[in-house]
Amino acid sequence: MEALKQELKEKIIDVLNLEDINLEDIKDNDPLFGDGLGLDSIDALELIVMLDKDYGIKLVDPKEGKTIFQSIETMAAYIKENRAK
Amino acid sequence: MSENKTFIQSICTIQNSEIILDGETIFKMEPTSFSDFSKKAYQDFEVNYPKFFKMDSLSKLAFLGAELLLKNEIDDLKENNIALIFSNNSSSLDTDIKYQKSISDAENYFPSPAVFVYTLPNICLGEISIRHQLKSENSFFIFEDFNPAFMMKYASVLIDSKKADKVLCGWVEYLDEKYKVFLYLVGREGIIEHKIETLITEFNKQLWKH
Amino acid sequence: MVREVYITETNCITPIGFDVAANIKNILGSVSGIQLHNNLELMKTPYYASMLNNDEIKVAFAKISSIKNYTRLEKMMILALNPIVKKAKLDKRTGFILSTTKGNITALENPTSANFQKAHLSQLAKNVADFFGFKTEPIVVSNACVSGILAVSVAKRLIQSEMFENVFIVAGDEVSEFVLSGFNSFQAMSDCPCKPYSKNRNGVTLGEATAAVLVSSDKENAKIKIIGDGSINDANHISGPSRTGEGLFRSIESALTEANINSNQIDYISAHGTATPFNDEMEAITFNRLGLENVPVNSLKGFYGHTLGASGLLETVIGIQSVIENKLFVSLGFDEIGVSEPITIIENNSDKEINYFLKTASGFGGCNTAVLFEKVN
Repeated sequence: MEALKQELKEKIIDVLNLEDINLEDIKDNDPLFGDGLGLDSIDALELIVMLDKDYGIKLVDPKEGKTIFQSIETMAAYIKENRAK
Repeated sequence: MSENKTFIQSICTIQNSEIILDGETIFKMEPTSFSDFSKKAYQDFEVNYPKFFKMDSLSKLAFLGAELLLKNEIDDLKENNIALIFSNNSSSLDTDIKYQKSISDAENYFPSPAVFVYTLPNICLGEISIRHQLKSENSFFIFEDFNPAFMMKYASVLIDSKKADKVLCGWVEYLDEKYKVFLYLVGREGIIEHKIETLITEFNKQLWKH
Repeated sequence: MVREVYITETNCITPIGFDVAANIKNILGSVSGIQLHNNLELMKTPYYASMLNNDEIKVAFAKISSIKNYTRLEKMMILALNPIVKKAKLDKRTGFILSTTKGNITALENPTSANFQKAHLSQLAKNVADFFGFKTEPIVVSNACVSGILAVSVAKRLIQSEMFENVFIVAGDEVSEFVLSGFNSFQAMSDCPCKPYSKNRNGVTLGEATAAVLVSSDKENAKIKIIGDGSINDANHISGPSRTGEGLFRSIESALTEANINSNQIDYISAHGTATPFNDEMEAITFNRLGLENVPVNSLKGFYGHTLGASGLLETVIGIQSVIENKLFVSLGFDEIGVSEPITIIENNSDKEINYFLKTASGFGGCNTAVLFEKVN
């Protein structure tokens, strides 16, 4: 799962245009939304698109996103469990 | 309607990797991509506003111009009633094309919300409003070319009717790596009179040098 | 002495009528333009929307012109303007404003250089202006979903600045794959006809329409008077409204101050009411902050869907009829109140003397517009 977590950190920086953030800045268990990385509602929607595009996971209920995207750790665990790509 | 005069207090132009404020070059690079130019300008201005990198090109362009013109204007301790009246020819077409590409291929169909939100030209006004906390009059207009007659009248009527103390207005055009910014601040005090002829002269002087 | 400004002509082209009278008749009969559509070219799955019939547009347009190469949106706009422009003498004191968010965006589906030019909003404005022979440079207002009502405010301000004596406005947008997919990517589309202000509302229903008005300094034949306006940004977020409705609050305040009336004098509010969880909640909070909780409010999105750049003007045209006919129209789609602050939603068509009418709108980018109108006797 380490490789997946690294991959997710790279993708998040790229997809969400986090220009000033380095890979080392993103800790596995830091909150992505709110205080942590400071991501907002549009970022959450982009991550839902990323789940579909890169991992073949279609979220039936977008509200699920809240728990899935809590941290890199929770994201990686969810993707490992549900990925179709 | 009050006939009090208004004045052009400050002018910023951006073109060909060069940013000029009141006739003085503030930042210049050898011609390069807009992405590269805007990033270097942002770093040079020491802005420290990470949201900048989420913006589309039109918003980055408008943001940089406003950053310079509003630098000495914003008083954090009070409401700053500075209206934003911008215009261009291409609307948000540069980003519209990018968004259209994300939905054109049925096999690779992934509409992007982060791109879609920028498919409206007035979003750049929102970005500037948020950055400087300007809860003020905002409007975006489209013309074939910069329309000094309209801009002069509209900015004046906002100040005369007390809907705004100052107006940050002008032309912010971006399409496919070609960009032109002619932004200026209008207020009750100053030296350069805010007249149609003056706007035409300044626009031509600043933007047709190259 | 500030000039007085009026709206003297109105018209609209919508799925429930190709003139104002037909629209009012259907509104009174609770006939909505919203239907379930199954058009794979616009969306892969069935979707609710309020859409014009292509054949009806063609037939109506053929009655006024045999020229074939206008785009669908241009035909819709020309149809809306035609009855009110053809009576007028167009000169340099007559302005022309076109309000739209995406214009001929469908031209981008086939990327040729001719289509690329077609997608330019100034080209759209020129095509419509040239049909009628306007003598002044067209002004395009493209400011998200407030464009239609902002255009009214801009026209009024230009007349007060004496740049023009009269200003024709046309507003319009189409339901396109571009916009459907975009709202869908925002998870903002309702899976049933939209329910403004309702507990179980879950998003917008899109719609398309055009509307046209003549704004004038001439009191003769005036339908309504424009007495105040404001267009203030929230300065909060680019895609969601301020939770306290700060921009809308200040816009309404600005309009009230200019009109020199108190909020308790407002008889009716035509609000934005898109049926997204956030928009309707923000409006309820704002109206409460201003002491407007007992003023009858409706959203017309239940009849027309969200017509984007047309909405502000179309809904104003219908609101003007409310004032003239002293009738409040039902806020179609509303069932059980679902906002945290009390507001008075119009649940049935009813009679009411209306003297002061407030139109509000809000949009992407944190924009808001409020315009106050007064009955003309």
